[in-house]
Amino acid sequence: MASTPQTSDSHTMAQGEMDLLRFATAGSVDDGKSTLIGRLLLDSKSIFEDQLEAVESTSQSKGYDYTDLALLTDGLRSEREQGITIDVAYRYFATPTRKFIIADTPGHIQYTRNMVTGASTADLGLVLVDARQGLTEQSRRHAVLLSLLRVPHLVLAINKMDLVDWSQEVYEKIHKEFTQFATKLNIPDLEVIPISALQGDNVVNRSENTPWYSGPTLMHHLEHVHVASDRDLVDTRFPVQYVIRPKSDAYHDFRGYAGQVAGGVLKKGDDIVVLPSGMPSKIAKVELFDQEVAEAFPPMSVTVHLEDDVDVSRGDMIARPKNAPKPSQDIDAMICWMTNEPLKPRQKLAIKHTTRTGRAMVKDIQYRLDVNTLHRDQDTKELGLNEIGRVQLRTTVPLLCDPYSKNRTTGSFILIDEVTGVTVGAGMING
Amino acid sequence: MTNTHVDYQLSQLDQLEAESIHIFREVAAEFEKPVLMFSGGKDSIVMLRLAEKAFFPAKLPFPLLQVDTGLDFDEVLSTRDSWVERLGARIIVATIDEAIAAGHVVDDGKTSRNRMQIGTLLGAIEENGFTAAFGGGRRDEEKARAKERVYSHRDDFGQWDPKMQRPELWSLYNGRIHAGEHMRIFPLSNWTELDIWHYIHREQIEIPSIYFAHERDVIERDGMLLSLGPEIQPKGNEQVEKKMVRFRTVGDRTQTGCVESVATDTAAIIDEIAIARVTERGATRGDDRFSEAAMEDRKKEGYF
Ligand SMILES: Nc1nc2c(ncn2[C@@H]2O[C@H](COP(=O)(O)OP(=O)(O)OP(=O)(O)O)[C@@H](O)[C@H]2O)c(=O)[nH]1
Ligand SMILES: [Mg+2]
Repeated sequence: MASTPQTSDSHTMAQGEMDLLRFATAGSVDDGKSTLIGRLLLDSKSIFEDQLEAVESTSQSKGYDYTDLALLTDGLRSEREQGITIDVAYRYFATPTRKFIIADTPGHIQYTRNMVTGASTADLGLVLVDARQGLTEQSRRHAVLLSLLRVPHLVLAINKMDLVDWSQEVYEKIHKEFTQFATKLNIPDLEVIPISALQGDNVVNRSENTPWYSGPTLMHHLEHVHVASDRDLVDTRFPVQYVIRPKSDAYHDFRGYAGQVAGGVLKKGDDIVVLPSGMPSKIAKVELFDQEVAEAFPPMSVTVHLEDDVDVSRGDMIARPKNAPKPSQDIDAMICWMTNEPLKPRQKLAIKHTTRTGRAMVKDIQYRLDVNTLHRDQDTKELGLNEIGRVQLRTTVPLLCDPYSKNRTTGSFILIDEVTGVTVGAGMING
Repeated sequence: MTNTHVDYQLSQLDQLEAESIHIFREVAAEFEKPVLMFSGGKDSIVMLRLAEKAFFPAKLPFPLLQVDTGLDFDEVLSTRDSWVERLGARIIVATIDEAIAAGHVVDDGKTSRNRMQIGTLLGAIEENGFTAAFGGGRRDEEKARAKERVYSHRDDFGQWDPKMQRPELWSLYNGRIHAGEHMRIFPLSNWTELDIWHYIHREQIEIPSIYFAHERDVIERDGMLLSLGPEIQPKGNEQVEKKMVRFRTVGDRTQTGCVESVATDTAAIIDEIAIARVTERGATRGDDRFSEAAMEDRKKEGYF
């Protein structure tokens, strides 16, 4: 016997209606990222007893004086052995108004690609610095990456304030140094918070040790930062992912174009154009499962029906006749290189952009970006592991793309090594 | 017609749904031979629901694969049958006993059925030539799972190498594999236990009745409540008691404990879970309790 009993309401039902904030940690090794996430989870009461007991007993058996909260997210055996984060850990918690998806990323330079993985989908970047050390090359590199990835909100958490006597002077100095560096980056929203991840100051609870600080606690900021405005609701972009053709008697003539809205709003009656063919049509209806919906907007996954029997397949894009990306085979992009073998001119790779896959050749490496000085080094003709540079590509198929600054979905691509099949580069289109 | 929100806001549950549907369609479009690993538990049922939505009104473009431990709860099997019939899906059932007969796994009398599922599963994937296998794993379940990509690459031996995971950026998934390898796909990666229950509630999804509180003969062993049955009989001075219980996960009968509960509907379960102090696996899964890295080790070998 199977069943789903229901009652009409419950006081916790609001959970399904909350909004979502994705954030990623960043910063050098040992700046306290994992400890901070452990602290956030603990103080927001999101840790279960068996989880806390497990890290308490591990901390004891390792002979630590305190419970190592980093063990809550450092889940791999080698991470616990080495006391560092190797790969992103995803953790979840919710307050009454918001659900949070946290990507706790590694600080070690060797694992930068994993940091980029965690940051690529983030709405907010949380950069930690050790108050004793101030900005390091790695904190700068991560700030540059966050700004290139267009993570719209940034928090600089100055950590380990307990080890610098809660000095306002130290706080001000790092604050100033970072703000100066940040003027050269694209950071629309910055908050600088003095904390102690270990002791919990200004994380969830306001600290008595920093009477000179009047800004929000980290948690307060995370709960209130406004993320809704970060989406593009103007430029309609619908990459076709899958064509649904049931081939059944009941749905004989059904032909739906399935995909996730990447930009703008789609509704019945809209004039559209199918790219790259340029064939015009009109939207007959938009469906989500067995329901017709009035409008579809990012990031909804829907099925679109057109009025005309035009040829549409995976990799095509539906846009508006007067507002459509121009198909292009010459791509100018910032590339973050993620494998040991350097990227070189004339190199050939597979490229995946929205639902399109093709091949690409490197035509030119224009410059390599020095993450410390933001200097553009035009003499190097290669990009090494974890380096970032401006690259010109020629693709075998036209890409239907926008500048990354306009749309994170239609402006991004990945590069894949054709022999190993591994993802080796992340690209953000310029323009 | 459903009216969407005037402010173009999608609730977090709708965002999770949209992300999962995107993953299903991406895999169906890019992989030659996908399969959905179906355990009959709530997570794999939610997966099935999302797959149903992703391809509606077409049938699922892939079969289901179930590893039958021979120790599955009857209620779980009957819910499975009802789903399979309603969706008109194709299901392949791989049994541990067949896998033992075929030499994919060895029964040494010490290994739990749960561990023998690994060999059975890998045998079935290889035999059928599946190139992608959907799993219902969630990152909030356990700290090793918290580290896994949505597309999780498996080598020739079906193993996961946690130190060599491919970067995974934006929603651009890389499905390239070599012959003999396959990809595990986790469409529920970002769902929490609470999200799953909210979704079951909202969508009125049919799940096995043992998830709801009912009266059952149980004994307490190693701090877990186990249901009395052919394999579980009182030892020493263990007492058989009649209690109102429900299951938070449904693994095999001998490994899965239940919790005391009065929640007889989804809303009441949501209320109970919202204030639960112990993880679902910590509370009820004997197989995860042996060591700190129990899950990581099983995952490396090719567990779900
Ligand atoms: N005194 C003090 N120590 C801290 C604080 N935050 C973190 N630590 C310690 O700093 C060390 C490193 O902390 P982690 O959280 O592992 O650092 P991480 O940034 O996650 O390091 P990676 O992930 O390897 O880059 C640990 O020993 C922490 O206990 C703090 O606020 N005050
Ligand atoms: Mg860490």
